[in-house]
Amino acid sequence: MTKSPIDAVARATPDPIARRIRGLSDRTIAWIFVAPSIFLLLAVNIFPLIWTIRLSFTNFRVNRPNNDVEWVGLQNYERILNDGDIWNSMQATAHFLLWTIALQVLIGFALAFLINKKFRGNDLWTTIIVLPMMLSPAVVGNFWTFLYQPQIGLFNYVIGFLTGADPSSFSMIGDVNLAPWAIVIADTWMWTPFVMLICLAGLRSIPDSIYEAAECDRASKWRQFWTITIPMVLPFLMLAILFRGIENFKMFDLVVQLTGGGPGSITELTSINLKREAFEKWRTGYSSAYAVILFVTVFGLASIYVKALNKVKER
Amino acid sequence: MSYSVTAPSNRTKWFAGFLVIGYALITIMPLLWIIATGFKSPSDAIAYPPKVLFEPTMEGYVNLFTTRTRVSDETMAALGEPTTWYEQIVRDQNMVIAGPSRYGERFMNSVIIGFGSTILCMVLGTAAAYAFSRFRIPLKDDLLFFILSTRMMPPIAVAIPIFLMFRNLGLNDTHLGMILLYTAVNLSLSVWLLKGFIDEIPIEYEEAALIDGYTRFQAFYKVVLPQAATGIASTAIFCLIFAWNEYAFAVLLTSGTAQTAPPFIPTIIGVGGKDWPAVAAGATIFLVPVMVFTILLRKHLLRGITFGAVRK
Repeated sequence: MTKSPIDAVARATPDPIARRIRGLSDRTIAWIFVAPSIFLLLAVNIFPLIWTIRLSFTNFRVNRPNNDVEWVGLQNYERILNDGDIWNSMQATAHFLLWTIALQVLIGFALAFLINKKFRGNDLWTTIIVLPMMLSPAVVGNFWTFLYQPQIGLFNYVIGFLTGADPSSFSMIGDVNLAPWAIVIADTWMWTPFVMLICLAGLRSIPDSIYEAAECDRASKWRQFWTITIPMVLPFLMLAILFRGIENFKMFDLVVQLTGGGPGSITELTSINLKREAFEKWRTGYSSAYAVILFVTVFGLASIYVKALNKVKER
Repeated sequence: MSYSVTAPSNRTKWFAGFLVIGYALITIMPLLWIIATGFKSPSDAIAYPPKVLFEPTMEGYVNLFTTRTRVSDETMAALGEPTTWYEQIVRDQNMVIAGPSRYGERFMNSVIIGFGSTILCMVLGTAAAYAFSRFRIPLKDDLLFFILSTRMMPPIAVAIPIFLMFRNLGLNDTHLGMILLYTAVNLSLSVWLLKGFIDEIPIEYEEAALIDGYTRFQAFYKVVLPQAATGIASTAIFCLIFAWNEYAFAVLLTSGTAQTAPPFIPTIIGVGGKDWPAVAAGATIFLVPVMVFTILLRKHLLRGITFGAVRK
């Protein structure tokens, strides 16, 4: 960039003329252009984060602003790590993460593989499949509670129709055993197209010539699939898992509307649990420490994962 | 047509098409069900077995936009004939219209906050993306990663201090506060996407412009911006959709004047239980614009949802 001809000309010209040609210097322009964004991000992201970290060492409560704020050191962190509720919600999150990612990868990849056969009209159907992903999770999640209603719900009716079970005999949201699956199903419905799109891009990036060469070597279709398709799509697939992993670790809107964490606290994912601590029980200091732990967890897991992803890409 | 050993056979195509279309039809069902429920009467909406064929009515939409009260038979008789079709629908439920509901306001809040934050985000994002793409900036990669990492924070985690900060600044439950917040949330997406788009514009165009006597600013808005127009437009739609769909911040930081539609729609209730047709009507009006945009955007979809990590 700095080696552009105009720079060379400008540098060779005496200063006043150089200024006239170039207007403001590149460095000034760069800072004028970047500064507002960085400033806004600092104000709305970094400043609150630092504040959260500071609050996490205190016993501050938003609803009791007149109480003395005491510095309690690591006490909040200690209590969180010994809190059974929080471990329960971590477990709920792990169950949710594991199953949504497994199902979305399986179904998403299968769909991408089939769409890549380029049957007539595949563009139209791809677009239709993508629709759920773009919609508001809270609004859609709220409507899923209607689909999940015993008896009158469409979901229960279809399941009843297919399995012969009585549609009023089970409640996806009310039953302790079914509720964790209710959120997995809704999330899979919503986000499978995301994995599908990324896999599709991966499949389309494989040049035909590789398959042609394999065909000449009389490699079976099965062999081609495992030694060409899968390794070539793997970096894309891992990227999809990264995005879904981060998003679902933060999951709030869809699930809070669907089950609200219930029944009991069986589907209370960490974000919902955190919201309850911070905005219902108003334990600000405590929930700040909780937030810090969550953020460090996401960030740590994501960094480790990105390292692994880069290794796969290098191969 | 040239013969290829790798092209799938017709039978494979049929089979693949059959499965994909099957999945598409299942996956679209809940969306069609939302749209259909909006046109059902309350009794049709909760009928067993679920009704596929029904007599369409605008009751859900009328209930969505109005608040209604029950009046005595004498008052009703004294009112005379209803003058409009929507009054007629309300009268058929033995009620009269008491006033407009909050839905219109909430929807307008979504529009104002969505468009406001998108415009601001595009102005800031385009400038920053151009600078990152064209200039040597110290710690460029670190800054870019910092911008991306702001996306990893769970919204609830930063919501506590933002809540406190907004309260001190008087930004709680205001349009301005939400616009600034959504701009910050979307900035990472727009900088990353736009940088990708601007990277693709050959730098030679600007160099030619500079040699012709343009200043950097002129080169930026007369040469680069028109070239990046498609990219900017698609990025803007992504930002708009994200702001439109956002729920966590909206539910925590707004309650009255600046509340957007996503936290409002689930709170719509009717007389004696949830008024599902009204909820579905509200959801339909809210979701259909996004469906239309998605169809328009389909070529840029992948790039948008992966922060430009996958270009296709």
